[in-house]
Amino acid sequence: MADNRELIIIIPAFNEEAAIVGVIQGIQQAMPGVPILVLDDSSKDGTVALARAAGAEVVTLPHHLGLGGLVQTGYKLAFSLGYQYVIRVDGDGQHDPEDIPTIYQQLRTSGAEMVIGCRTNTEDGWKTSIVRRMGILFFRAVLRPILGRPVHDPTSGFVGVNRAALQVFAGSFPLEYPEIEALVVLQRRKFRFEEVPVRMHPRRTGRSSITAYKSLYYIAHVLLGVFVNILKYEGRTAGQKPRK
Amino acid sequence: MERLLWWTSVLSVVLIVMVLTALRRAHIRVEYSVTWLIAGVALFALSRSETALGWIASALGLGYAPTVLVLVAGFILVVMFFWTCVVISRLRDDNIALAQRVAILEFHLNRVKSLGDSTAGLNR
Repeated sequence: MADNRELIIIIPAFNEEAAIVGVIQGIQQAMPGVPILVLDDSSKDGTVALARAAGAEVVTLPHHLGLGGLVQTGYKLAFSLGYQYVIRVDGDGQHDPEDIPTIYQQLRTSGAEMVIGCRTNTEDGWKTSIVRRMGILFFRAVLRPILGRPVHDPTSGFVGVNRAALQVFAGSFPLEYPEIEALVVLQRRKFRFEEVPVRMHPRRTGRSSITAYKSLYYIAHVLLGVFVNILKYEGRTAGQKPRK
Repeated sequence: MERLLWWTSVLSVVLIVMVLTALRRAHIRVEYSVTWLIAGVALFALSRSETALGWIASALGLGYAPTVLVLVAGFILVVMFFWTCVVISRLRDDNIALAQRVAILEFHLNRVKSLGDSTAGLNR
């Protein structure tokens, strides 16, 4: 990993051997020289070996933690290593590495603590199941009054954060279905987020962890998480003013 | 009613013996056994004292005194289940933090190792 502690790309992955090399190569082409850290959630396949062979560094969890715990591991490590910006790209190949510079640019220039790659803003639209699209619409409606502004794609995992948000997430990050709750965690600190349009590709392999069967549990879990986070409201703490 | 109270007494004693045996074999920690022992003793005492049972039943407006035993047992189960969830949540948080720390330490260790290997290679 280079000693340029400006930006690091983290890739959460669980059994992604069919996609991980393509994802890493895509990032290497889009962001040459930027360190890539694969977060392995105790995969049973060749994800780790392939990622290392492709030139990424790998953090392997001793046992499966799920997405939130996995991503937080990356945030903790990036924070301890002194990185200023972290961009998360999923390991299944759905995110287009060509959009990373857009997110990075927005992170650096907007002063927002988080930049979300918004999958609904693309010209050709983003194709997903009707159930999932309804879920996104539902959470958009729920989050609007909480965040005080609309968020178009609250479930997107294609996000970048700056060091202030990194510090918060290294200490406290939702452990299951983290994307929506993470927005509320930031809101509690009065941090800002921006959205930029990104392209989505079909998943190269595997299936989404959120199946139709799990959708109801997902909604209940996330709603409760959002509610609990609102109860925890603590305002902005000293020394965490947004950068202008 | 007498037979029901007798059975409750027997089950209470079985519960107390189970908890004490588990304690002796270190299958349960002392702090998690105390509530079960109190529950066992309370159920035994209530089932052996019809006066106390009747008094509580009338205070609660229950027409049938042994219903108190069901209520007490149900309440104990709910509280213990909730307490178990609290303990599991704490353990899970600790487990996640520990797993993350192990992963990060292993990452640093691998970097140091590879640095050492490359240095050794240069010195050959």
